[in-house]
Amino acid sequence: MKIAVLIKQVPDTEEGRHLTSDGRADRDASDRVIDEITERALEAALKQKDADKSVEITVVTMGPAAANEALRKALSMGADKAVHVQDDALAGSDALATARALAQALSGLQADLIVAGNESTDGRGGVVPAMIAELLNLPFLGPLGTLEVSGGIVRGSRADASGTTALRASTPAVISVAEAMGEARFPKFKGILAAKRKPVAVQGAAELGLGAADHAAGNLVLASAARPARTAGVKIIDEGQAAQELAAYLAAEKLI
Amino acid sequence: MLELTEDQKALAEMVRDFATTRIAPNALDWDERQHFPVDVLAEAGQLGMGGIYAGEEFGGSALTRSDAILVFEELAKACPTISAYISIHNMVVWMIDHFGTPEQRAQWLPAMTAMQNLGSYCLTEPGIGSDAAALTTRARRDGDEYVLSGVKQFISGAGTSALYIVMARTEDTGARGISAFLVPGDSQGLSFGPNEKKMGWKAQPTRQVIMDGVRIPAGNLLGAEGQGFSMAMQALNGGRLNIAACSLGGGQHALEQSAAYLKERQAFGGPLTRQEALVFKLAEMDMGLEAARSLLRRAAAALDAKAPDRVRLCAMAKKVATDAGFEAANSAIQLHGGYGYLSDYGLEKIVRDLRVHQILEGTNEIMSLIVGRGLVDK
Ligand SMILES: Cc1cc2nc3c(=O)[nH]c(=O)nc-3n(C[C@H](O)[C@H](O)[C@H](O)COP(=O)(O)OP(=O)(O)OC[C@H]3O[C@@H](n4cnc5c(N)ncnc54)[C@H](O)[C@@H]3O)c2cc1C
Repeated sequence: MKIAVLIKQVPDTEEGRHLTSDGRADRDASDRVIDEITERALEAALKQKDADKSVEITVVTMGPAAANEALRKALSMGADKAVHVQDDALAGSDALATARALAQALSGLQADLIVAGNESTDGRGGVVPAMIAELLNLPFLGPLGTLEVSGGIVRGSRADASGTTALRASTPAVISVAEAMGEARFPKFKGILAAKRKPVAVQGAAELGLGAADHAAGNLVLASAARPARTAGVKIIDEGQAAQELAAYLAAEKLI
Repeated sequence: MLELTEDQKALAEMVRDFATTRIAPNALDWDERQHFPVDVLAEAGQLGMGGIYAGEEFGGSALTRSDAILVFEELAKACPTISAYISIHNMVVWMIDHFGTPEQRAQWLPAMTAMQNLGSYCLTEPGIGSDAAALTTRARRDGDEYVLSGVKQFISGAGTSALYIVMARTEDTGARGISAFLVPGDSQGLSFGPNEKKMGWKAQPTRQVIMDGVRIPAGNLLGAEGQGFSMAMQALNGGRLNIAACSLGGGQHALEQSAAYLKERQAFGGPLTRQEALVFKLAEMDMGLEAARSLLRRAAAALDAKAPDRVRLCAMAKKVATDAGFEAANSAIQLHGGYGYLSDYGLEKIVRDLRVHQILEGTNEIMSLIVGRGLVDK
């Protein structure tokens, strides 16, 4: 079985978020890290490989040259090879342009399963995996909290406010994973040293057959504003009527 | 030599992640409960920390001493005690890997590099510490066996370890009459004293190892008869580098915590960082640690290269770094005022843990003796 895992490098948001003046994520203002949800996506694939050594995992990213660090980390964790879609023409791609470029890169891999995180920490659009599935004309399952692949069928469960849904599809398929999929493993020393001997294929827009129309962003950021500072909350003092007031407040906020 | 390679940065980053998530959140609790976390050690073993500089054949990671000091510094930022025990275990693994026969290596190393089985290093005796060449534990050859009798003092990991490397006397010829033996933890006649109550290093056991006519196969002799002392001293060169790194990790963590605290703590109309005397103290801590780190990297490179002055450099690095680490941690308490003295802030634990690094693996006076004798005995 061949599995492709989408990996993303993001600015470390632990210390806060920074935007450039044109509203893009400022990648120089914070440390660069591999997005944790994509590590979990890789972990889901590595578990398949733990059970069956013949599974081959290719990690795929689109990003600037520095995104290579995230691929190295993924390779050190146990992926076999990497594809790096890297082209200045692709900088600033929106979700659709990103999905087009990744779909092109993925179409050459003949993967039985394509695994992605459900949403990235920086953009949080949460739409790229489904767009890729649409572009490749593959079924999409996600966000999954569990994963099982056998006999050409991929199964998983998706939890949401109304309950848990059991999903299944025949492979090839695209899935996205939720936090619940479980924490990623640490790379081993040996994996770290082996990573630099694993192949990383760098592909530009032209090689992927992408024309200007494919990677032109379909939307334009005109302005961005920081989230307003937190204000003090509502205090209800109990003089016998607190329960009603609390219920009324929650109902007004559509929380109950 | 002073710039880290990409690989070294990646190794250190992984260890930092592991230590931050698996060790740091539990360190105070393990210290308070005197809990030795063998499960977490086994996890570290999975990642390659059980045989850091042992060969790959039996599960070692085949890294260099220069790599190893980065590993121990990162581990010690989370807990010097756990880091130091992993160093002792690695010293034992290295002795088997380096001096053992293929059979001995195949028998012991796979479970030890994975840290499923732990090891202890048994040199010190109740009456013999710094003057280790005068040790009195006896090993007598009896047919296909050796019979060991004697008591080892202050043995880290004792009672938990699966294997004890015991330095014992096979002849009354001083250092040359000492041999090293692989003593399995389940040997008949092997017993352990109570877990010592001590100032620090509480998350790992320290006990006497008592041998009363312990019979082991003659094949458990490590190296040749009479080579035990030399092998034990060679192992200590690396041990000293690691202990030095453990002190730097503890000191570095104390420094970083102090800098953050001074920024937050308000007094006299502003943050304490406005008090230049305190910022100078931070600078002094940083300089002490960085100077020690430079010397330590140089000593590790010398051991990697088997340079002629490696013993001298390892001794220097051990004393300079264990003093710098302790000083930094002790200063951190002062900078935190009363809060530094409270257990919850974690600083008094670092001080308690680092204090013993000035005493073991050769006391800091013995380090001065090694360096000083080199100057006048020429
Ligand atoms: C928590 C802990 C864990 C330990 N773990 C281990 C272990 O796993 N395995 C092991 O074998 N040992 C272990 N040790 C023992 C440790 O290595 C010894 O305590 C150390 O070597 C010092 O020996 P000593 O305690 O007998 O002190 P002594 O040798 O009696 O020294 C007493 C004092 O005299 C000084 N001194 C002695 N000789 C000289 C000299 N010639 N010149 C100047 N000053 C001198 C010393 O520096 C020291 O200050 C451990 C000790 C502790 C406390």
